[in-house]
Amino acid sequence: MSGYFKPVADGAGAVVSLDSAEISILRSLTAQLLELIGPGPGEDDPAADPLDALFAEGPSRPPADPVLARLFPDAYGAPGRPAEEEDERRSSEFRRYTELDLRARKREDGLAVIRDLDALDAGEVGGAELRLSPAESQRWLVTLNDLRLAIGTRLEISEDDETDRLFDLPDDDPVKPIALAYLWLGGLQETLVETLLP
Amino acid sequence: MPLEIERTESEQAPSEVAAPDVPWITLVHNDPVNLMSYVTYVFQAYFGYSKEKAKKLMLDVHHKGRAVVSSGSREEMERDVQAMHGYGLWATLTQDR
Repeated sequence: MSGYFKPVADGAGAVVSLDSAEISILRSLTAQLLELIGPGPGEDDPAADPLDALFAEGPSRPPADPVLARLFPDAYGAPGRPAEEEDERRSSEFRRYTELDLRARKREDGLAVIRDLDALDAGEVGGAELRLSPAESQRWLVTLNDLRLAIGTRLEISEDDETDRLFDLPDDDPVKPIALAYLWLGGLQETLVETLLP
Repeated sequence: MPLEIERTESEQAPSEVAAPDVPWITLVHNDPVNLMSYVTYVFQAYFGYSKEKAKKLMLDVHHKGRAVVSSGSREEMERDVQAMHGYGLWATLTQDR
Protein backbone atom coordinates (compact mmCIF):
# COMPACT_ATOMS: atom_id res chain seq x y z
CA MET A 1 0.00 0.00 0.00
CA SER A 2 1.72 3.13 -1.12
CA GLY A 3 -0.85 5.55 -2.47
CA TYR A 4 -0.61 9.01 -0.88
CA PHE A 5 -2.24 12.33 -1.71
CA LYS A 6 -0.47 15.12 -3.58
CA PRO A 7 -1.72 18.63 -4.30
CA VAL A 8 -3.03 18.93 -7.86
CA ALA A 9 -0.60 20.75 -10.11
CA ASP A 10 -3.21 23.08 -11.59
CA GLY A 11 -5.17 24.83 -8.83
CA ALA A 12 -6.70 23.68 -5.53
CA GLY A 13 -7.44 20.07 -4.71
CA ALA A 14 -5.76 16.74 -4.08
CA VAL A 15 -4.95 13.72 -6.19
CA VAL A 16 -3.99 10.13 -5.36
CA SER A 17 -3.37 6.98 -7.38
CA LEU A 18 -5.15 3.96 -5.97
CA ASP A 19 -4.83 0.37 -7.22
CA SER A 20 -7.74 -2.04 -7.10
CA ALA A 21 -6.63 -3.57 -3.77
CA GLU A 22 -6.42 -0.13 -2.14
CA ILE A 23 -9.83 0.87 -3.48
CA SER A 24 -11.34 -2.33 -2.17
CA ILE A 25 -9.77 -1.90 1.31
CA LEU A 26 -11.00 1.70 1.60
CA ARG A 27 -14.45 0.75 0.38
CA SER A 28 -14.81 -2.19 2.70
CA LEU A 29 -13.57 -0.31 5.80
CA THR A 30 -15.89 2.63 5.06
CA ALA A 31 -18.85 0.28 4.50
CA GLN A 32 -18.13 -1.36 7.87
CA LEU A 33 -18.02 2.05 9.53
CA LEU A 34 -21.38 2.99 7.98
CA GLU A 35 -22.87 -0.28 9.15
CA LEU A 36 -21.66 0.43 12.68
CA ILE A 37 -23.05 3.98 12.68
CA GLY A 38 -26.33 2.51 11.47
CA PRO A 39 -29.31 3.96 9.58
CA GLY A 40 -31.16 7.09 10.71
CA PRO A 41 -34.58 6.88 12.37
CA GLY A 42 -37.04 5.32 9.91
CA GLU A 43 -34.43 4.81 7.18
CA ASP A 44 -34.44 1.03 7.53
CA ASP A 45 -38.25 0.93 7.55
CA PRO A 46 -39.81 1.94 4.21
CA ALA A 47 -43.27 2.10 5.83
CA ALA A 48 -42.15 4.67 8.43
CA ASP A 49 -43.59 8.19 8.31
CA PRO A 50 -40.79 10.54 7.16
CA LEU A 51 -42.14 13.17 9.56
CA ASP A 52 -41.30 10.89 12.48
CA ALA A 53 -37.61 11.16 11.61
CA LEU A 54 -37.78 14.94 11.83
CA PHE A 55 -39.03 14.83 15.40
CA ALA A 56 -37.04 11.81 16.50
CA GLU A 57 -34.94 12.23 19.63
CA GLY A 58 -31.50 10.72 19.94
CA PRO A 59 -30.40 8.30 22.66
CA SER A 60 -29.80 9.57 26.18
CA ARG A 61 -27.08 7.09 27.10
CA PRO A 62 -23.57 6.64 25.61
CA PRO A 63 -23.26 3.80 23.06
CA ALA A 64 -22.10 0.46 24.50
CA ASP A 65 -19.74 -0.23 21.58
CA PRO A 66 -16.34 1.34 22.38
CA VAL A 67 -15.89 2.63 18.80
CA LEU A 68 -19.27 4.38 18.83
CA ALA A 69 -18.58 5.67 22.35
CA ARG A 70 -15.40 7.26 20.99
CA LEU A 71 -17.16 8.73 17.92
CA PHE A 72 -20.01 10.09 20.07
CA PRO A 73 -18.42 10.98 23.42
CA ASP A 74 -20.05 12.65 26.44
CA ALA A 75 -20.10 16.45 26.16
CA TYR A 76 -19.86 17.11 29.91
CA GLY A 77 -17.52 15.82 32.60
CA ALA A 78 -13.79 15.29 32.97
CA PRO A 79 -12.46 12.28 31.05
CA GLY A 80 -10.94 9.59 33.26
CA ARG A 81 -12.80 10.76 36.36
CA PRO A 82 -16.07 9.38 37.73
CA ALA A 83 -18.90 11.43 36.23
CA GLU A 84 -20.87 13.73 38.53
CA GLU A 85 -24.63 13.38 38.49
CA GLU A 86 -25.11 16.87 37.03
CA ASP A 87 -22.64 16.18 34.20
CA GLU A 88 -24.37 12.91 33.39
CA ARG A 89 -27.74 14.63 33.19
CA ARG A 90 -26.39 17.35 30.89
CA SER A 91 -24.47 14.87 28.69
CA SER A 92 -27.61 12.83 28.32
CA GLU A 93 -29.67 15.88 27.31
CA PHE A 94 -26.96 16.98 24.83
CA ARG A 95 -26.90 13.49 23.32
CA ARG A 96 -30.68 13.45 22.80
CA TYR A 97 -30.49 16.64 20.76
CA THR A 98 -27.25 16.15 18.84
CA GLU A 99 -26.37 12.49 18.31
CA LEU A 100 -28.82 11.82 15.47
CA ASP A 101 -27.46 14.85 13.55
CA LEU A 102 -23.88 13.76 14.14
CA ARG A 103 -24.61 10.24 12.98
CA ALA A 104 -26.36 11.57 9.87
CA ARG A 105 -23.38 13.79 8.99
CA LYS A 106 -20.89 10.98 9.43
CA ARG A 107 -23.08 8.75 7.30
CA GLU A 108 -23.27 11.35 4.52
CA ASP A 109 -19.49 11.85 4.55
CA GLY A 110 -18.88 8.08 4.44
CA LEU A 111 -21.40 7.60 1.62
CA ALA A 112 -19.70 10.39 -0.38
CA VAL A 113 -16.38 8.56 -0.01
CA ILE A 114 -17.95 5.31 -1.24
CA ARG A 115 -19.49 7.13 -4.23
CA ASP A 116 -16.08 8.66 -5.10
CA LEU A 117 -14.47 5.21 -4.92
CA ASP A 118 -17.21 3.59 -7.02
CA ALA A 119 -16.71 6.22 -9.74
CA LEU A 120 -13.08 5.08 -10.20
CA ASP A 121 -12.04 2.71 -12.94
CA ALA A 122 -10.15 0.14 -10.90
CA GLY A 123 -8.93 -1.68 -14.00
CA GLU A 124 -6.78 1.20 -15.20
CA VAL A 125 -3.10 0.40 -15.70
CA GLY A 126 -0.97 1.93 -12.95
CA GLY A 127 -3.99 2.49 -10.74
CA ALA A 128 -6.99 4.78 -10.90
CA GLU A 129 -6.54 8.48 -10.27
CA LEU A 130 -8.79 9.99 -7.61
CA ARG A 131 -9.08 13.78 -7.80
CA LEU A 132 -10.74 15.66 -4.94
CA SER A 133 -11.85 19.28 -4.76
CA PRO A 134 -11.11 21.06 -1.45
CA ALA A 135 -14.76 20.49 -0.41
CA GLU A 136 -14.55 16.77 -1.24
CA SER A 137 -11.19 16.61 0.56
CA GLN A 138 -12.88 17.79 3.77
CA ARG A 139 -15.39 14.92 3.68
CA TRP A 140 -12.57 12.48 3.01
CA LEU A 141 -10.54 13.89 5.89
CA VAL A 142 -13.36 13.40 8.38
CA THR A 143 -14.08 9.87 7.13
CA LEU A 144 -10.39 8.88 7.15
CA ASN A 145 -10.23 10.21 10.71
CA ASP A 146 -13.35 8.25 11.73
CA LEU A 147 -11.85 5.08 10.20
CA ARG A 148 -8.62 5.61 12.15
CA LEU A 149 -10.56 6.28 15.37
CA ALA A 150 -12.53 3.07 14.79
CA ILE A 151 -9.50 0.89 14.06
CA GLY A 152 -7.40 2.64 16.75
CA THR A 153 -10.09 1.89 19.32
CA ARG A 154 -10.33 -1.76 18.24
CA LEU A 155 -6.52 -2.10 18.33
CA GLU A 156 -6.59 -0.43 21.77
CA ILE A 157 -4.01 2.15 20.83
CA SER A 158 -3.58 4.04 24.06
CA GLU A 159 -0.31 5.98 23.93
CA ASP A 160 0.99 8.44 21.37
CA ASP A 161 4.06 6.34 20.58
CA GLU A 162 2.24 3.02 20.26
CA THR A 163 2.09 3.18 16.48
CA ASP A 164 5.73 1.97 16.61
CA ARG A 165 4.41 -1.27 18.06
CA LEU A 166 2.24 -1.74 14.95
CA PHE A 167 5.26 -1.49 12.64
CA ASP A 168 7.05 -4.20 14.64
CA LEU A 169 4.27 -6.82 14.61
CA PRO A 170 5.43 -10.21 13.25
CA ASP A 171 4.09 -11.09 9.80
CA ASP A 172 1.98 -13.96 11.13
CA ASP A 173 0.20 -11.81 13.70
CA PRO A 174 -3.56 -11.85 12.92
CA VAL A 175 -3.73 -8.11 13.67
CA LYS A 176 -0.98 -7.26 11.16
CA PRO A 177 -3.18 -6.59 8.09
CA ILE A 178 -5.49 -4.17 9.92
CA ALA A 179 -2.49 -2.55 11.64
CA LEU A 180 -0.90 -1.91 8.22
CA ALA A 181 -4.20 -0.51 6.96
CA TYR A 182 -4.32 1.80 10.00
CA LEU A 183 -0.82 3.11 9.28
CA TRP A 184 -1.62 3.59 5.59
CA LEU A 185 -4.83 5.51 6.45
CA GLY A 186 -2.68 7.75 8.66
CA GLY A 187 -0.40 8.47 5.71
CA LEU A 188 -3.38 9.19 3.46
CA GLN A 189 -4.89 11.54 6.03
CA GLU A 190 -1.60 13.31 6.73
CA THR A 191 -0.89 13.95 3.05
CA LEU A 192 -4.49 15.05 2.43
CA VAL A 193 -4.32 17.60 5.32
CA GLU A 194 -1.13 18.99 3.80
CA THR A 195 -2.95 19.79 0.55
CA LEU A 196 -5.47 21.89 2.54
CA LEU A 197 -2.88 23.66 4.71
CA PRO A 198 -0.46 25.57 2.49
CA MET B 1 -43.85 37.90 57.77
CA PRO B 2 -41.10 39.69 55.81
CA LEU B 3 -38.63 37.25 57.29
CA GLU B 4 -40.58 34.31 55.96
CA ILE B 5 -40.76 35.75 52.47
CA GLU B 6 -37.03 36.20 52.43
CA ARG B 7 -36.44 32.63 53.48
CA THR B 8 -38.77 31.32 50.77
CA GLU B 9 -36.85 33.23 48.13
CA SER B 10 -33.48 31.87 49.15
CA GLU B 11 -34.86 28.34 49.25
CA GLN B 12 -36.12 28.67 45.72
CA ALA B 13 -32.81 29.93 44.33
CA PRO B 14 -31.88 27.24 41.81
CA SER B 15 -28.36 25.96 42.35
CA GLU B 16 -27.80 25.45 38.63
CA VAL B 17 -27.85 29.15 37.68
CA ALA B 18 -25.74 30.24 40.64
CA ALA B 19 -23.17 32.01 38.44
CA PRO B 20 -24.83 33.07 35.20
CA ASP B 21 -22.07 35.51 34.19
CA VAL B 22 -19.27 32.97 34.51
CA PRO B 23 -18.35 31.95 30.94
CA TRP B 24 -18.27 28.43 29.63
CA ILE B 25 -15.26 26.91 27.88
CA THR B 26 -14.71 24.20 25.28
CA LEU B 27 -11.89 21.80 26.12
CA VAL B 28 -10.23 19.52 23.57
CA HIS B 29 -8.59 16.46 25.10
CA ASN B 30 -5.52 14.53 23.96
CA ASP B 31 -6.14 11.41 21.95
CA PRO B 32 -3.64 8.77 20.77
CA VAL B 33 -5.17 8.53 17.28
CA ASN B 34 -5.78 12.06 16.00
CA LEU B 35 -2.89 13.42 13.93
CA MET B 36 -1.23 16.64 15.08
CA SER B 37 -1.60 18.13 11.59
CA TYR B 38 -5.30 17.25 11.49
CA VAL B 39 -6.00 18.80 14.91
CA THR B 40 -4.22 21.99 13.77
CA TYR B 41 -6.28 21.95 10.57
CA VAL B 42 -9.57 21.63 12.52
CA PHE B 43 -8.70 24.60 14.77
CA GLN B 44 -7.92 26.70 11.69
CA ALA B 45 -10.88 25.54 9.60
CA TYR B 46 -13.60 25.67 12.27
CA PHE B 47 -12.51 28.52 14.56
CA GLY B 48 -10.68 30.51 11.87
CA TYR B 49 -7.57 30.69 14.07
CA SER B 50 -4.21 31.61 12.56
CA LYS B 51 -1.79 28.77 11.86
CA GLU B 52 0.38 29.90 14.81
CA LYS B 53 -2.53 29.97 17.28
CA ALA B 54 -3.94 26.67 16.00
CA LYS B 55 -0.55 24.99 16.30
CA LYS B 56 0.01 26.32 19.82
CA LEU B 57 -3.39 24.99 20.95
CA MET B 58 -2.67 21.63 19.30
CA LEU B 59 0.69 21.41 21.14
CA ASP B 60 -1.07 22.26 24.43
CA VAL B 61 -3.52 19.41 23.81
CA HIS B 62 -0.62 17.10 22.96
CA HIS B 63 1.70 17.99 25.85
CA LYS B 64 -0.68 19.10 28.63
CA GLY B 65 -3.48 16.64 27.82
CA ARG B 66 -6.03 19.33 26.98
CA ALA B 67 -6.50 22.93 25.90
CA VAL B 68 -9.21 25.57 26.10
CA VAL B 69 -10.11 26.23 22.47
CA SER B 70 -13.06 28.63 22.87
CA SER B 71 -15.18 30.39 25.50
CA GLY B 72 -18.62 31.97 25.57
CA SER B 73 -22.19 31.14 26.50
CA ARG B 74 -23.24 27.58 27.25
CA GLU B 75 -25.21 27.43 23.98
CA GLU B 76 -22.20 28.57 21.94
CA MET B 77 -19.94 26.05 23.65
CA GLU B 78 -22.41 23.22 23.03
CA ARG B 79 -22.28 24.18 19.35
CA ASP B 80 -18.47 24.11 19.37
CA VAL B 81 -18.39 20.75 21.19
CA GLN B 82 -20.82 19.26 18.68
CA ALA B 83 -18.66 20.55 15.82
CA MET B 84 -15.51 19.08 17.42
CA HIS B 85 -17.27 15.70 17.79
CA GLY B 86 -18.20 15.97 14.11
CA TYR B 87 -14.50 16.29 13.29
CA GLY B 88 -13.74 13.32 15.56
CA LEU B 89 -11.98 15.40 18.22
CA TRP B 90 -12.62 14.60 21.85
CA ALA B 91 -14.19 17.72 23.36
CA THR B 92 -16.19 18.66 26.45
CA LEU B 93 -17.60 21.89 27.81
CA THR B 94 -17.49 23.16 31.38
CA GLN B 95 -18.06 26.34 33.32
CA ASP B 96 -14.81 28.28 33.73
CA ARG B 97 -14.73 28.45 37.52
